[in-house]
Amino acid sequence: MAKADLMDYEKALEQFEVVLGFEVHVELATKTKMFSDAPNFFGGEPNTNVTPVDLGLPGSLPVVNEQAVRYSISLGLALGCSIAESSRFARKNYFYPDNPKNYQVSQFDEPIAFEGEVEVELPDGTIFAIPIERAHMEEDAGKLTHVGGSTGRIQGAEYSLVDYNRAGIPLVEIVTKPIIGAGAKGPELGAAYVSTIRDIVRALGVSEARMERGNLRCDANVSLRPHGQEKLGTRTETKNVNSFRSVERAVRYEIQRQAAILAAGGTITQETRHWHEDTGRTSAGRPKSDADDYRYFPEPDLLPVVPPRELVEELRLALPEAPVAQRRRLKSEWGFADLEFQDVVNSGLLTELVETVAAGASPQAARKWWTGEIARLANAQGVEASSLVSPMHVSELIALVESGDLTDRLARQVLEGVVAGEGSPSEVVEARGLKVVSDDGALIAAIDEALASQPDVLAKIRDGKVQAAGAVIGAVMKAMKGQADAARVRELVLERAQA
Amino acid sequence: MTDTTSLVHLSAAELSTRLAAGDVSSVDVTRAHLDRIEAVDGDVHAFLHVSAAALDTAADVDRRRAAGEALGPLAGVPIAIKDVLCTIDMPSTSGSKILEGWVPPYDATVVAKLRAADLVPLGKTNMDEFAMGSSTEFSAYGPTHNPWSLDRIPGGSGGGSAAAVAAFEAPLALGSDTGGSIRQPGAVTGTVGVKPTYGSVSRYGAIALASSLDQVGPVSRTVLDSAMLHDVITGHDPRDSTSLRDAWPSFTEAARTGLAGGALKGVRVGVVRELNGEGFQAGVKARFAEALELMSAAGAEIVEISAPSFEHAISAYYLILPAEASSNLAKFDSVRFGLRVVPEGGGTVEDVMAATREAGFGPEVKRRIILGTYALSAGYYDAYYGSAQKVRTLVQRDFAAAFDQVDVLVSPSAPTTAFRLGEKIDDPLAMYLNDITTIPANLAGIPGITVPMGLAEEDGLPTGLQFMAPARGDARLYTYGAALEQLLEQGWGHTLISRAPDLSATEQTAATEGVI
Amino acid sequence: MSEITREQVQHLAGLARIALTEAEIDTMTAELGHIVDSVAKVREVATDDVPATSHPIPLENVFRPDVVGQTLTAEQALSGAPDHDGSRFRVSAILGEEQ
Repeated sequence: MAKADLMDYEKALEQFEVVLGFEVHVELATKTKMFSDAPNFFGGEPNTNVTPVDLGLPGSLPVVNEQAVRYSISLGLALGCSIAESSRFARKNYFYPDNPKNYQVSQFDEPIAFEGEVEVELPDGTIFAIPIERAHMEEDAGKLTHVGGSTGRIQGAEYSLVDYNRAGIPLVEIVTKPIIGAGAKGPELGAAYVSTIRDIVRALGVSEARMERGNLRCDANVSLRPHGQEKLGTRTETKNVNSFRSVERAVRYEIQRQAAILAAGGTITQETRHWHEDTGRTSAGRPKSDADDYRYFPEPDLLPVVPPRELVEELRLALPEAPVAQRRRLKSEWGFADLEFQDVVNSGLLTELVETVAAGASPQAARKWWTGEIARLANAQGVEASSLVSPMHVSELIALVESGDLTDRLARQVLEGVVAGEGSPSEVVEARGLKVVSDDGALIAAIDEALASQPDVLAKIRDGKVQAAGAVIGAVMKAMKGQADAARVRELVLERAQA
Repeated sequence: MTDTTSLVHLSAAELSTRLAAGDVSSVDVTRAHLDRIEAVDGDVHAFLHVSAAALDTAADVDRRRAAGEALGPLAGVPIAIKDVLCTIDMPSTSGSKILEGWVPPYDATVVAKLRAADLVPLGKTNMDEFAMGSSTEFSAYGPTHNPWSLDRIPGGSGGGSAAAVAAFEAPLALGSDTGGSIRQPGAVTGTVGVKPTYGSVSRYGAIALASSLDQVGPVSRTVLDSAMLHDVITGHDPRDSTSLRDAWPSFTEAARTGLAGGALKGVRVGVVRELNGEGFQAGVKARFAEALELMSAAGAEIVEISAPSFEHAISAYYLILPAEASSNLAKFDSVRFGLRVVPEGGGTVEDVMAATREAGFGPEVKRRIILGTYALSAGYYDAYYGSAQKVRTLVQRDFAAAFDQVDVLVSPSAPTTAFRLGEKIDDPLAMYLNDITTIPANLAGIPGITVPMGLAEEDGLPTGLQFMAPARGDARLYTYGAALEQLLEQGWGHTLISRAPDLSATEQTAATEGVI
Repeated sequence: MSEITREQVQHLAGLARIALTEAEIDTMTAELGHIVDSVAKVREVATDDVPATSHPIPLENVFRPDVVGQTLTAEQALSGAPDHDGSRFRVSAILGEEQ
């Protein structure tokens, strides 16, 4: 297939207005599947995690997972949606081997949540309000493996194998309304949107939301229209977008591809396209003429879901703060400068800072340690900073420094000990004997000895040349193995010298 | 004395008494029925599969009874099971080639209940394919023959269960009723059948036809027998979301109350004008009128009721059913179970699916799937499926208004007696009209029973009277049904089924033993 | 609108994945035409003021708790399969893309 022409990105934006849409599927982290009581987990031997319901065996019937409904309502609320007074399931009818009943139980005209808005922050700090059309509950399909072709994809495969372990896992599908006005930031907005959804569902605890595991999936819709035109252009839907970065790249690619076609006088085919991570392109899927006639009708085997208003309010009160609102508040509370705060966010350490502050440390101290020494150690070891040490321990360390029990330098040694698994900061201090000596008596003894061994320095100090004290201080610090407060040592040296 | 011929003529209630008293063993009872099946089923063809485990199951019940274990009232009584129900130890084909030989890895909930109550499954009975039909002629395995006249249909879709019971091959059977598939066969075979209130009996494991209409129910020769079986199968099932949580009264007691005399005094009986009219066979109408007089003489007040929306009930039914069925039958696609047909030269899985369904489904099933797909398609939904759901509302309203005025509604259970095999098979619309009196109850979800009401003058074939009650009012069906049954039998001096012709050449004692 | 055409029947057969023969399409077009004509009457009484009833007995909020139950073994799951490789169901090559 010939490689598509791409128009220069800036040029494309000059000529066309970009309209975007995203469909994000979130896999809910319930204990069991959406309509059966098979366990909801990733992996396992094929076809060992199925009941007759998940296989679509004749006579089997679905029963709704109560927790999945609660999670869906919470998610809807977190997206700023209204929760339906009465919500129904519907059958979406289509034949496909990964679809055990050849219909998917989903929702059609009475979704659980609708009409919402999500604030998304771009890396440069601008904030977009993404309009949400709806969020609805549905079940996942099984997994197909294509055998015999060269790429493991459908084209050219000899046969396919089906594993229904994933069939029936609960999903929430979040659909945006057309997103207008993103302009050149469209691609990064897409990535930021999906990332925000991930943050929301993780903060809610309703999903692990790992794109690489398929807990979070995104389809990107792109259409172009000439500036000033009211009517929306024909859109394409791109699937197989498996990371935030891919969202950005795929959107950008489609903009460029469609612009080239339109500018040359062509028309866009309404179709589903497939994103190829390796080549950075989208390719056309097979056209499906009957794909749009899903013949939706209300699922007769399931009854309406009528969430009591008290439950909705209870879940609303239990919502965690929205990410953008949280960041706004923290930056202000902590009094950080823009760059300082951005630095923390971009390093992915915001949660760690929040927890360290919650454990008692000051925000600046927390920032200093996490983005400083801890980040340095993490980079050196090639791991996430959050995996090295807990916010509790960092807070403890900071407290030890602030009380004078540790100097900065000693604290860094203690940190290494904690990271190495030797215990909490206090335990490491104890075990390694790293505490700052606060007993003046011990210091004085060391000072007197140092002064005695450097009589010329003593003379200089008495003469008024206090800088000379440095040599004595150094000797004392060495003798104390660094476990002394240098400032106090200096004080005492001067005192003793005059005595 | 255990004359095996007479054992098959006993009712389940009588078998229950004798088994409990130790007069007879379950093994003997079961063997008698297996022998009967062997003797007559070559002609009747009620069974698609006879259980290899029946005698072992019976022996186990006998052993536990002898050891002093407390057993339920129907323990040790044999039962036939419509092939629409999943059984873990027997094929479950739903009368279709597409499921030939398929043995499910699980039992339907009602089957599990039967086993827990220690009934002895005898085998699986024949039916119209996927329960679509009124004559059992659409079975992929050949029709069942009416024991009253072997060249006639036994009704459908549950012709096998009704015929098995009418031919004394089993005292009890389980059936399913979506538009009359228990009640209409009951009428044309002179037996009793009940469609319970929607949701009162679990559908889990019943191969689905139309989810909002299907219900599993009892089939027997007496009202009391159906009541006893109904007690075993009713109840909430967490695996079926449409299952009701109600606590049910004892249907056995309700039937006994009907048999105790005087049960019809003061009862307001509504006759549905729209369900007793044109196209109905004269003999059916005559027997029906007599039954009404009998009830009136027993103290019932007969009231004429009009339900105008019933005129559209068949149309609504033949939109709702195909629509839901077209979706329910999509799972038969050659991938996970059932038939797989590979077209010549191979093909994609889409080709294999299409070839499999073409070969595996019969003409009536294909007709309804296409019709249902049409009714749901883009642009047609509101006019067809959507409209039909509104007619359902109107039918429910008519029933609600009727039950404000009367305690129970009655109609003939079928418009004609058993027609000949092949007579209506090429005329789908004519076939659909067989369900005219039974369909409204399915649409509304209310319960109905058919009770034999006599033989039609012109052909000497059985007719049945249908009682319908408000939703959850199943108990009164048993009370009034048993009362009418008793009145009729007192008038005749015998049961209706005793008039059925001898089927087996070796059957000598039936006529002399004072059979049921 | 109530007349079903041959093309429609072919299209519907495709949607329903049934490889009807030409003869079947002919017969079915005629039969379905009659049926649809007769059932189309429902439109007359199904006016806007009448609500639709999907479930005969009204129930709502029917759930099960999020508690693990019993699953089938792979052997049971594959027991009815026309073709499998010991752990997964096998089908011939697929034409269409995932939905």
